Amino acid sequence: METEQTESSEAPFEAPAPDIPWVTLVHNDPVNLMSYVTYVFQAYFGYSKDKAKALMLDVHHKGRAAVSSGSREEMERDVQALHGYGLWATLTQDR
Amino acid sequence: MAGYFKAASDGAAVVTLDEVDTSILRTLTVQLLELIGPGPQGADADAPDADPLAALFTDGPTTPPDDPALARLFPNAYHDPERAADDKADEASAEFRRYTENDLRAGKRADALSVVHDLDHLTPRRNGSARLTLSREQVPRWLRTLNDLRLTIGTVLDVDDDPDSALYHLDDDDPRKPYVIAYMWLGALQETLVETQLR
Repeated sequence: METEQTESSEAPFEAPAPDIPWVTLVHNDPVNLMSYVTYVFQAYFGYSKDKAKALMLDVHHKGRAAVSSGSREEMERDVQALHGYGLWATLTQDR
Repeated sequence: MAGYFKAASDGAAVVTLDEVDTSILRTLTVQLLELIGPGPQGADADAPDADPLAALFTDGPTTPPDDPALARLFPNAYHDPERAADDKADEASAEFRRYTENDLRAGKRADALSVVHDLDHLTPRRNGSARLTLSREQVPRWLRTLNDLRLTIGTVLDVDDDPDSALYHLDDDDPRKPYVIAYMWLGALQETLVETQLR
């Protein structure tokens, strides 16, 4: 006999914070070429050359740049794609 | 090792590779394929009698690869290098890895395999050199593989931002020297290939 699913598995959930977006960060590393990083921002995100280059320069000079923001699922998709390109990307909740 | 990419029409790129270039590139790419492999949980998927559907439902690993080069190819998604990692970051990174690492490995393998395929279909001239033309569709696969090769070799060599690093002044008999030369050539190949795509 199938036992009824209880809702207990949802009990200890953290307070949802739908208003705080998640961001994808790209970190500087000594191997990736500046031109390649710019290319990836253009090819994957569809950013203009100017925007892609500005973000790349932030990565290079400040050590990191927030390259996209949105839901956690969207940012996980971006991080996975950027790992596919070999960029060092992480996601975090912007607070 | 002198071949560099030039832009052709319709987003294509061409390069002339001599026999040695082709051989080195192929050897390094095959080594990359062996390094990436199917992954710790994906080994069964390569068996001849493997159920192709089962592979879709096989979880990936939850811990970073031990090999530092692989750890760089598949970094922790929730570990901010400027903050100390806590249990929450560990847990989220493990979950992310479980659902993405097999796919990422498969993608990198497919890219590298297409590079080997392209190299195996060159038609050498009498002097051994061959002209390689990459279509606009092939270029991203080559860029990603060249980048993975550089990340892998760069991690092994422990490359840093110092343009005057001791790596660039090694003795000829240093075992790292051939890798430094290959690393620099791959960088020039990748740089010139990117330049054919910038718009």
